[in-house]
Amino acid sequence: MDRRDFLLKGGKLIWLTGSAMVAWEAVLAGEPETAPNYKLTDHWWAMAIDIGLCIGCGSCVRACKEENGVIKEPFFFRTWVERYHVPHGDIERPEVDSPNGGYDGFPEKYPPQDGSKNFFVPKLCNQCAHSPCVQVCPVGATFESPDGVVLVDKEYCLGCRYCVQACPYGCRYIDPRSGTVDKCSLCYHRIRRGLTTACCEACPTGARRLGDLKDPNDPIHEFLRDRRVQVLKPQMATGAKVYYCDLDGSVR
Amino acid sequence: MEPLLHGVQGFIYPNEIELQWSILIVLYPFITGLVAGAFILASLERVFNVRAVKPTYRLALLTALAFLLIAPLPLQLHLGHPERSLEMFLTPHTTSAMAMFGFMYLWYLLIVLVLEIWLDFRRDIVMMAREKTGAARLFYRVLALGSDNISAESLKLDDKLGRFLTFIGIPSAFLLHGYVGFIFGSIKANPWWSTPLMPIVFLFSAMVSGIALVMLMYMLTSWFRNRPPDMDCLDTIGRYLLYAFIIDFGLEMVDLLHRIYESDESFRTLDFMVRTHLYTSHILIQIILGTILPIGLLAVVQLVQLQESARRTLYAIAGSLTLIGIFAMRWNVVIGGQLFSKSFLGYTTYKMGFATREGVLPALVLMALPFVILWILVKILPPWREE
Repeated sequence: MDRRDFLLKGGKLIWLTGSAMVAWEAVLAGEPETAPNYKLTDHWWAMAIDIGLCIGCGSCVRACKEENGVIKEPFFFRTWVERYHVPHGDIERPEVDSPNGGYDGFPEKYPPQDGSKNFFVPKLCNQCAHSPCVQVCPVGATFESPDGVVLVDKEYCLGCRYCVQACPYGCRYIDPRSGTVDKCSLCYHRIRRGLTTACCEACPTGARRLGDLKDPNDPIHEFLRDRRVQVLKPQMATGAKVYYCDLDGSVR
Repeated sequence: MEPLLHGVQGFIYPNEIELQWSILIVLYPFITGLVAGAFILASLERVFNVRAVKPTYRLALLTALAFLLIAPLPLQLHLGHPERSLEMFLTPHTTSAMAMFGFMYLWYLLIVLVLEIWLDFRRDIVMMAREKTGAARLFYRVLALGSDNISAESLKLDDKLGRFLTFIGIPSAFLLHGYVGFIFGSIKANPWWSTPLMPIVFLFSAMVSGIALVMLMYMLTSWFRNRPPDMDCLDTIGRYLLYAFIIDFGLEMVDLLHRIYESDESFRTLDFMVRTHLYTSHILIQIILGTILPIGLLAVVQLVQLQESARRTLYAIAGSLTLIGIFAMRWNVVIGGQLFSKSFLGYTTYKMGFATREGVLPALVLMALPFVILWILVKILPPWREE
């Protein structure tokens, strides 16, 4: 064997072993988890929130932390509830609080009938169709699924925190246990099996409802057609898919 | 993290309790800026034929290299999963400014800086490979990469290639640091960062800091070597520092005036932040101590006839203040951009650890490392030609 031959054959060997290893990894990983009857392209998930119906009980926050194993600290939330108090109708200067993210409900704070405007705003990841967080991720560990949910691959996330900076809504945090980013996944493990999200299921007043924009019979179409709806920070043009009706101008 | 709740004022989104980017991320634009600035100063001599700054040319290149080698370390130390950082190169996400920066960095490090330094020092390396003995000889022979020809023609070719590299190097240096500005300037969620001026402001502040650093290093190395610094050279650098600084300050003032006049939805919040939480680091340290004062000192040298020693003192003070000012600028961008809530209704505070992973101690070590590397580089490749 001359040198040329050796290099050629050696090169091929190295290349083939490399590809075989990659292929073997895929074999070991097995088939991707399948949910029967669930087709990614048949869905486009969104959420409808009726602010008038939210009573600030915090059931959604508790259900979410339980369902998704979210760390039980007074910070780090996949979903949380904010209380708005707008005295004298001054929407520029609302008083807002969210003690423990609304996990324990809201202790009475403002006297009734004091001439102020008071309401609760549940918040969660807006599952943006043009997500700034997805745009900035250096490795693509956070991505938009074909059925319209923004997800995070924890095995891949570097923990660089760029996406946390890029989210205009404060929906992301670094999970201290894994050193990777975490956020609302719209209970992806549930909705793929035909269930609704934990927060929607726990809501006693139906203030938050999961919707499938690709399903023509989904009541969300009626909600979007008949009610006055708005998304949070529309000027950010993120293609947010959490729609609020009765959204006050004071809400940030 | 419970005590963090006490540092909160007004309303912030619950997840905003933790400050994401620490002092290490302040170091990153600071160090990258020093690299770009030092290189641009070095290029002045080569491309624009500013003969006077020639004594600093090679020192500037080595300084740039020493700092560039350290630049990725603070980022690495900051990651939640440092072992995955290579994915940024292997499976980059092309819409991410951060991922693309990795390639800018590699291009700049390997193609521009290392190659240019090698070409410029090739004659010295070959000479040393011939003169030295033992291990040193072997070392320089390896460094020479098998080249042994230092005839007049081959040196001329080196020079030609080097000039060409510098030619690519200047836009590369501009890109390198302009790009760091883009990483912040392109975040629309953050009004303190999101301005198209950010890359340009970063670029000019980089030039300012790099020029100041090389000026100080030149004075320092001259002092160590017991040689008087070339005053013509120092005066020229001082002049360039003044010009770059005036442009830089002008740009920042344009940005500030624009924000004040436009007074958009974020203004009230940012204005309050600058007057309170950022007052010391922004108004006092960055603008007054780190910008207006050094500009004034550098201007005095231009306007008044001063003795050499007085000029040297003023340059040393102005250079040091400049570095403090630019560091404060990076601090105010990175930390300042995280002190207010994106709800514009509240503020948080930054509590710096000392001997923690992202504390003051690692930051100090990281800032000292480039000087150690530079010292080694200078030992291997003495930048001063025998006079």
